[in-house]
Amino acid sequence: MTELPEVLPATGTASLAWLLFALPAFGALVLLIAGRRANRWGHLLGVATVAGAFVVGLLIFFDTLALDPDQRTRELSLFQWFAVGGLNVDFGLRIDPLSLTFVLLITGVGALIHLYSVGYMASDPGRRRFFGQLNLFVTAMLLLVLGNNFVMLYLGWEGVGLASYLLIGWYQDRPSAATAAKKAFLMNRIGDVGLAIAIFLLWTNLGTLQYTQVFARVGELSGGVLLAIGLLLLLGACGKSGQFPLQAWLPDAMEGPTPVSALIHAATMVTAGVYLIARTHAIYDLSVQGRLIVAIIGTITLLIGAVIGCAYDDIKKVLAYSTVSQIGYMFLAVGLGPAGYALGIFHLLTHGFFKAGLFLGAGSVMHAMHDEVDMRRFGGLARYLPVTFVTFGLGYLALIGFPFLSGYYSKDRIIEAAFAQEGWQGWVFGGLATLAAGLTAFYMTRLVLMTFFGERRWKQLQTADGQDYHPHESPAVMTIPMIVLALGSIGAGAVLSAVGLVDWLAPSVGELVEPEGVGAVPHAAVPWLVVAISALGVLIAWLTVGRHRVPVERPAHVSLPVRAARRDLYANAINETLIARPGIWLTRALVYFDNRGVDGLVNGLAAGLGGSSGRLRRLQTGFVRSYALSMLGGSVLVIGALLAVVLT
Amino acid sequence: MSTTYYLLLSALLFSIGAVGVLVRRNAIVVFMCVELMLNAVNLSLVTFARINGALDGQVMAFFVMVVAAAEVVVGLAIIMSIFRTRHSASIDDANLLKY
Repeated sequence: MTELPEVLPATGTASLAWLLFALPAFGALVLLIAGRRANRWGHLLGVATVAGAFVVGLLIFFDTLALDPDQRTRELSLFQWFAVGGLNVDFGLRIDPLSLTFVLLITGVGALIHLYSVGYMASDPGRRRFFGQLNLFVTAMLLLVLGNNFVMLYLGWEGVGLASYLLIGWYQDRPSAATAAKKAFLMNRIGDVGLAIAIFLLWTNLGTLQYTQVFARVGELSGGVLLAIGLLLLLGACGKSGQFPLQAWLPDAMEGPTPVSALIHAATMVTAGVYLIARTHAIYDLSVQGRLIVAIIGTITLLIGAVIGCAYDDIKKVLAYSTVSQIGYMFLAVGLGPAGYALGIFHLLTHGFFKAGLFLGAGSVMHAMHDEVDMRRFGGLARYLPVTFVTFGLGYLALIGFPFLSGYYSKDRIIEAAFAQEGWQGWVFGGLATLAAGLTAFYMTRLVLMTFFGERRWKQLQTADGQDYHPHESPAVMTIPMIVLALGSIGAGAVLSAVGLVDWLAPSVGELVEPEGVGAVPHAAVPWLVVAISALGVLIAWLTVGRHRVPVERPAHVSLPVRAARRDLYANAINETLIARPGIWLTRALVYFDNRGVDGLVNGLAAGLGGSSGRLRRLQTGFVRSYALSMLGGSVLVIGALLAVVLT
Repeated sequence: MSTTYYLLLSALLFSIGAVGVLVRRNAIVVFMCVELMLNAVNLSLVTFARINGALDGQVMAFFVMVVAAAEVVVGLAIIMSIFRTRHSASIDDANLLKY
């Protein structure tokens, strides 16, 4: 078990940490309440608050950097949130390398995406409200990573769920968007239940929810409870991060505007699951089975994402499945335990740069092509969108792990660490991760070839409302964030590994344990292997897509694997058969039981009483003599009964 | 003379009264039959007082007489008002109070 750092009170610059979430929260409040009055300057305020939070984050970062590594974990208690019985929850912030890393990613990439949205949403009448909701999203995510106890984490967790629901369903007049938003919300809810139960378990067993106390006393838990908590936390992480078996909402979330996709996939939301596992590493450190399951889930997901990514023609969905796959890599990394926590965060950062860049690039392509997303209708766009092409291309190279771009550093180290596991684990995790790297290279190359190269298929086509396509480069407010992110895609990996991100994270997630021994594949050979497999993927993509004419209509007769991948490997069908249908049946049965059983009993009783009294009242004839007779008869009966009692 | 005969007479009078109430339609006759039943009961009360050698039964008979007098007043008034509105003293005609 790793040594826990001493927690100091935050002073000086770090005591400004409340500004980090207060600024975007202020923005969200103003933008959502001020109404139409704020329409003219609302988007500027939205960008300014997040940029301001980024500046505050940088100040605190440099302040923390100046301290000794063992003094870098600090807490800022703002006020007591609530106290019920023995439960005492502080509204406190934890400022340590892990949370600061996330803060910089969220606010930095978030600010760029906000800036881009100014241009992307320029013609949307609800732009002010959009920025309000983006700010809310960033606020919730910052609360999630900054909180110093599980209740704060849960607050941010739910806030992120709410904001994503609002933003995915942004195009409210589109039924598919409304459905996608509901789906995202529901599938997240399944994960949230897991997280909530894990928190309950921690509370009942330890009586505290403060990170510091929980992690210090986690050794008191028995193995079974520990495993249960680990698995429930994993369920929560799977829901938020779109991991198997809860991955189906993430691609549908593409119904939202493209900046939202970028925000969800790069800076916020899906990174929350990785954060959760890295933050609670003290629990996973003690639970080998829990860690193994995290790694297995990650491996399954990275494979699923890569396979499905190969079959889609929708540019955003391919990127979405690419995210699913890359988050799978991060889960695999954090599932490897002390050998991987820092690597998972490392990949998360580099991925944040290049995936945000890729999404913004895809948004720029859509902007140029009348919101078209079908890559079969693109082609040869490199000449028309030079800036988008170059920035997108750099993101692409970073993602497939081109040597010395960001993805190369982070992904290769994860695969190395996976191969270094003992026994079958090394072979399975390492081998599948390498295979998925090849698939990644294939589908991304296919995407780039179909979009930017080849025949200009859109020339013969028309938009849905019958106009010609006129591709044009996006305005500077959109290209500048793309350029910044492209620079990040080039340099982030090299810079972060040169300045020692892994050591910087050590106080939060423990020292990185370098794998010992040879493992499945010799250490030095792994980069070569991965690059070779990736190159093979690129080559296959060139042979199958680049050299041929791409048909505008999607071929209907395709092989079984492609058909399966086009249907998300039947994830939706499985969810529908195993969960949705039985649920509907159960509801119908219950409604039937309620209508016929419960209501039937009550109504039947009433009807029976009514009917019998209707018949009984016929006895009231109104003839006095018949009443007199019944009185006489009654009296005789009573007297007879009395006599019978007396005489016996 | 045995007190049994008084009781037998009382039972006979009560039975005649009860049958009269049940079979006759004229309200006045029914009313008289009710009086007959009350007085049959009075007779048996007095007889029992005699048998037991106590005055309780006789006192009770006075009470019954008082109640019967009051009842006659109310009952005759009702019969009078019914006769005025319906021009009939048959109790079977006054049958509106029913289901």
